[in-house]
Parts: sequence; C-alpha cells; structure tokens
Amino acid sequence: MKQKRKSISYSKWGYIFILPFFVCFFIFSFIPLVDTVRYSFFEYYRSGLKDIGPNFVGLENYGSLIKSDMIKYAGNTLVLWIIGFIPQIVIALLLAAWFVDARLKIHGVQFFKVVIYLPNLIMASAFAMLFFTMFSTNGPINSILISRGLIDSQIDFMGSVFGTRSLVGLMNFLMWFGNTTIMLMAAIMGISPDIFEASEIDGCSSVRRFFYITLPLIRPILAYTLITSIIGGLQMFDVPQILTNGQGNPDRTSMTLIMFLNSHLKSNNYGMAGALSVYLFLVSGFLCFLVYRMTNNEDMDSSKAAAKKAKGRRK
Amino acid sequence: MKKKIVSILLMAAIAAGTLSGCGGQSGAQTGGTADTQSGSDAQGGNDAQAGETAAADEGKVINIYCWNNEFRERVELVYPEVVETSSDGTVTTLKDGTEIHWVVNPNQDGVYQQKLDEALINQANAAADDKVDIFLSETDYVNKYTDAAADVAIPLTDLGIDPDTDLADQYAFTKVTASDENGVQRGSTWQCCPGLLVYRRDIAQDVFGTDDPETIGEKVKDWDTIKATAAELKAKGYYTFASYADTFRLYGNSIDAPWVAPGETTIKVDQKIMNWVSDSKEWLDAGYLDSTVKGQWNSDWNQAMGSASKVFAFLFPAWGIDFTLKPNWDGGDGAWAVTNPPQEYNWGGSYVHACTGTDNPQHVKDIILAVTADKDNLLKISKEKTDFTNTQSSMREAATDDANFSSEFLGGQNAFKYFAPVAENIKMAPLSAYDQGCVELIQNSFSDYFQGMVDFDKAKTNFETAIKERYPEITEIQWPE
Repeated sequence: MKQKRKSISYSKWGYIFILPFFVCFFIFSFIPLVDTVRYSFFEYYRSGLKDIGPNFVGLENYGSLIKSDMIKYAGNTLVLWIIGFIPQIVIALLLAAWFVDARLKIHGVQFFKVVIYLPNLIMASAFAMLFFTMFSTNGPINSILISRGLIDSQIDFMGSVFGTRSLVGLMNFLMWFGNTTIMLMAAIMGISPDIFEASEIDGCSSVRRFFYITLPLIRPILAYTLITSIIGGLQMFDVPQILTNGQGNPDRTSMTLIMFLNSHLKSNNYGMAGALSVYLFLVSGFLCFLVYRMTNNEDMDSSKAAAKKAKGRRK
Repeated sequence: MKKKIVSILLMAAIAAGTLSGCGGQSGAQTGGTADTQSGSDAQGGNDAQAGETAAADEGKVINIYCWNNEFRERVELVYPEVVETSSDGTVTTLKDGTEIHWVVNPNQDGVYQQKLDEALINQANAAADDKVDIFLSETDYVNKYTDAAADVAIPLTDLGIDPDTDLADQYAFTKVTASDENGVQRGSTWQCCPGLLVYRRDIAQDVFGTDDPETIGEKVKDWDTIKATAAELKAKGYYTFASYADTFRLYGNSIDAPWVAPGETTIKVDQKIMNWVSDSKEWLDAGYLDSTVKGQWNSDWNQAMGSASKVFAFLFPAWGIDFTLKPNWDGGDGAWAVTNPPQEYNWGGSYVHACTGTDNPQHVKDIILAVTADKDNLLKISKEKTDFTNTQSSMREAATDDANFSSEFLGGQNAFKYFAPVAENIKMAPLSAYDQGCVELIQNSFSDYFQGMVDFDKAKTNFETAIKERYPEITEIQWPE
C-alpha cells in the first residue's frame, strides 16, 4: 500500500499545465525562428508582385551585410543607447538611494514611484510622436524659447546629429529611469538593515555608505539591469523610427539596427533580414550568457565578498 | 476524484484561454462567411426581381481594397444600386442584396500595398466571397498593378468596357497611365489631378498691389519669371513656397524616361530630377523657401498653410486644396486664390481596377462605368466633392460655368477655369514600378544636402544605399552627367 502511494506522481500535471505554453512557443516562436535562420542562406525577396527565390546563396547575405553599413548602424545603436543609459542609471541610483534611505524619510515615496514610472506606460511611438511635434522647428518648444527671449531664431533640433541623438537619448531616459529606479529600490531594500545600522553607529557618512555598502551589494542587480538594457538597446526601434520618419536622418546617423532590418522587410527581403536577425541573435545570445553567468555563479560570491570587505573596513 | 475533476476543468479553462487568442480571427471569419451565405440564400428571391440575369449567379460579396473612404463616398454618391452603408463604413448594401465590403488600409509606409499584395497572392486560393473584386491604386504605384506579366488587373475590354467608346471622354493621359506596357488599359479613374498654384490674396496685395489671378498668373508663368517674382516676395519678407518638396512634382512628373526601364535593374536618374536638386538648393540658399519646413506632410508644413505663416503659395491639385490646404487654414474663406502653375503637372490620382479572379464581374463593370465613365455622375462628383473629374467635355463646361462651380474658399473663384487647360497640356511621365520608392527616397536623401548636413556626393551615395535596401533587385544607379 505504502509503495503504491509512493509511485503516484503529480509531476505529470505540472507538465500538462505548462504544455499550452510550449505548444504556443513551438508554433509561434520556434518554427519562425528556425525559418529565419534557414532563409538567411537564401536569396528571397519580392519584386513588385513576383517572389524572387528562394535560391540558396550560402553565406552571401552575411557577407554583403558586413560590407554594407551595418557596422555603422551598430555604432549608431550603441551611441543612442549610451546617451540614454548613462543618465538613466545615475538618476535611478540616486533616486533609489534617497527613496530607501530611512533617515531621509521622504514623504509620498509611493506617489513618486508611480509618477516616475508613468512615462513607461505611454506607447513609445506615441511618445516619439509627441516629441516630434514639440521639438519641430515651428513647434511649441521653439516658440516658448523665442518668446522668453532665450534664443533669437528657431533651433533645428531634428536637423542636427546632436539634436536628434539627444532627443532619442532623452526619450529613452525618460521612459526607462522609473523602471530602473524601482528595480534598484528592490535591490537596496534586499540588503540587511543590520549592515546600514552598524555603519551608522560607526559614524559612516552617507556618501561612503552609498559607495562602500549599497553599490557593492546591489552589483548583481546592477549587472542585470545593464545587460537587459543593452539587449533592449540593441532592439531600439520605435523611438528613432517615428522621430526620423523611418529614415534615420540626418545622414542616417540615427538609423538603428532594427530600423535597418525594417527597411529590408519593406521589400519582403527575408534573406537579408534573416541574416541580420542572426547577427543580432548571436550578439544578444552572448549577452544573455553573461547575464546567466552573473546571476547564477557570481551572485552569492560577489555579495559575500562585498560584505566581507565592508566588515573588514569596519574593523 | 474531486480534485482530478477540478484540475481537469482548470486545465481546460487555461487551454481554452490560451488558444482563444489564436483562434479568434479564423472563428470570426468563418462566422462572417456563414452569415453572408445564409443572407444570400434569403435574398435569392430579390435577385430575380432585380432582373439582372447576368449578375444572378455572381458572388454575394464585393471586396474593395482601398486606403480611405474617398472611393466609398463617390460610389455612394453616384452608383444607383446603393441602398445604405453601415454606420462604421465597412459594409455597403446594394439593392439586389449584394454587399460591398470595404477593406481599408492606410497608404502610409506601404501598408496598403503590403496588405493588397498578400491578398492578391492568395487570390487564387481564396473562397469566392473572400476574393478581391476591386482594388484601387495611386499614380505612384499604379504601374506595379497594371503590369501585364503580373496580370492582377483585368483588361477593361475583358470586362466588356471598350475604352475607345465608353471612356472616350476621359483625359488621354489617365488612360495611358492605367495601361500596361502593351497599351492594354487595365484600370480607370474618375479623377484627374492637374495642379495649380494656390496663393494667399493678402500677401499678393501687400507685395504686388493686386490679387487678381490673371496678373499673378503672369508673374508665375514659367520658372524664370517666378524666380524674379520670388525675389520681390523675399524683399518683403515672404517665402514663395514652403518647402523644396513642393516643387518636386513639377520636375519629377515631367521626366522623359522612366526611373527604371522595363526589364532592367538600373535606375537612371533623370536630368530633370537633378535640375530640381540644383534649383531647390539655389532657392533655399536665396531664402525663397522656408528653411524650417523640411519636406511635406509634417506639422511644420501644415503650419505653413496657416495665417501666421509667411508662405505665399502652394502647388496643389484639386484634392490638395480641399483635403490639405482647407483644413490647415485658420482664417476665413476667400483668403486664397488659384492661378496657373509655372509648369503643367499632374499630382496623384486614384485608379480603379477590376481584380483578376473576381466572382462579381458584372457588378464590377457597373461600378467602374458608373463612377468613372458616366458624364452626369462625374459632373455630380465635381459639384459635390470638388474633384476635377475625368471627363473632358464637362470640365470644359465647368470652366465657363461660374454659377455652379465657384468656390467659396477661393473667394468665389471658379478653379475649373484654371484646371481645365492644365489638364489638357499634361504630359504624363513614363512610369515604372519603382516610382514610389524613388520619389520618396530621393527627396529624403537630398534633404540633408539642402540643409547643408552632407555634401552633394554623400547625398547621392545615401540615395543609392537607401534605394538598394528598398528594392534589392536594383543593381546600379546611373546619374546624369
């Protein structure tokens, strides 16, 4: 009797429950994924109403992509990501440290958390559309600046490389700093309050506390934020696409990799787009591997090491 | 046991929930078809009453692909069979019970063409009531769909329309545009889009002391004259046109050879396009154009049509005055007037095609004839919708009929008086399937050059890169010497 009971396994229910996901994943994600890789070796596009191909061309698509401006677009993507990410992480760290600090006792933290998160709820394309209108040469921002007497003639924000890139960076910053703040707050709150109390009793200044206790202890989360943001940045599309009308103006300096991919899809060029996707897949895959390493192996070690360091200093 | 039942139920609920998203569309479609089928059974009797023997064995759904409600409004206005249109504008019912289903996708960013192409490729396998019966195309890409090899648009003669007799009154260039490379006409249009110069009367008064269309017309009659006029406007602080893109159609639609010759994969950039580039640069540097307006269809351009703007004139066909200028003008009526442009040109035009594989050829023929060939109907469209319609004789009449065709927006001026002669002098540029991309991308690439962001050669290279991305089959771009 006892033995029979033991043989009853409920694990199959687990499998059955997760089955719908795997079926959906297989049909809607896995098969297209394999197809994308397959088509990347073919010449396959549409000319007018005629499909050309698929003709097997080996690695030709990959070669012509390397020869095209892909590297330049990758550079654009990186620049656009950095100018959004640096202010984002700095402000988010600062806000997270302030909001969590027990001694500052900021009122209405909950309210501010909602407010800073709000821009993320707006659709990116709507947000870009709004900025496009506000910063257009005859738009409200220019009118305000002129009527205040701050400038003499209109600034052509979207006509200069600096202006366009800053706007994209600003938008990405505004959209994501709330999200990062909330994540970092959770990380800081996860640190044992004992450590903060102990440092306080020892007379540690708040700046030192931030750099020697908070920062080292949230390093894994910080790394996670960095990597997910890079992956998100690699796929940057909607904001520059809407802001520059899909052209990456001026002089294609705000053309990101996914916008490049999108312009291939206008002619249903599955071959080229597939090859580009594979490149992107490889890069994101490598980054995901880094995240995996950090969250699984170094997590415990690094936080322990940091705690030890902090303890050592206290002595 | 109970637990088991509960868990099975839960599982079923979850599975149903997950899959419902996927199945939703096809479910709705089957539902839709079932409805129309039962509807058609019920209305079998009406058919006999209508006495349309030819149409009796036709499908009960006419699918029309278009990008806005322009065509629907015109069908409602002049097609006598129309009973009513549903409030959401998706289904129009005809007297014999046949339903017109309007499949509307926006033209921007090639969305309309993508959806239409998908439908055309699946046309052979589609159920009879899902087949495309009529689709529309714009001048920029009409060539792609009238292509004889693609054979997606039925030659009008196969429908029973004889272009030589039934469409004899149409402007010749619209018939050429809607024909394939063998001269077989595969589409027809109700409108003709001769362009005019639309100018602000108050600015004309200020600079020239008169707003009389004849006098202003003299001042803008050709490129050399208008350049001298532009200098006069500049001296008073006005811009002649808003953007360098405004003049593009005048050059671009009068090119001598197509962008891409049939069967070739080389883009030959016409000398006229390069003239546009050099003239635009010259005009912009001279301050005749508003340098803050970059291209068309953006908010800066729209604002340039407002009363606060310093822009003297725009180049528009009839639809531009009605759909673009009027909504953007914030003053009263009578502030604008039209006169002859520096060069005759055509801009836009929607062509109606019968789609190969249609199951409603009789209805399709009737609709095309009603909307594009019947003189009284076209005159009605001109009166109610202010289109310049595709009938030479009645447009000549309209040009002299000031009582019926004067426009309040233009201060009582009869615009047809200026449209008609332009329409008769239009020489349509030879088309290719690549026109839309070429037109869009050349304006874009040289926009950076005009603003001084890149030099001339870099702008050329950028155009080459962009056009090869859009059309992978293009192998070479030749620039005029």
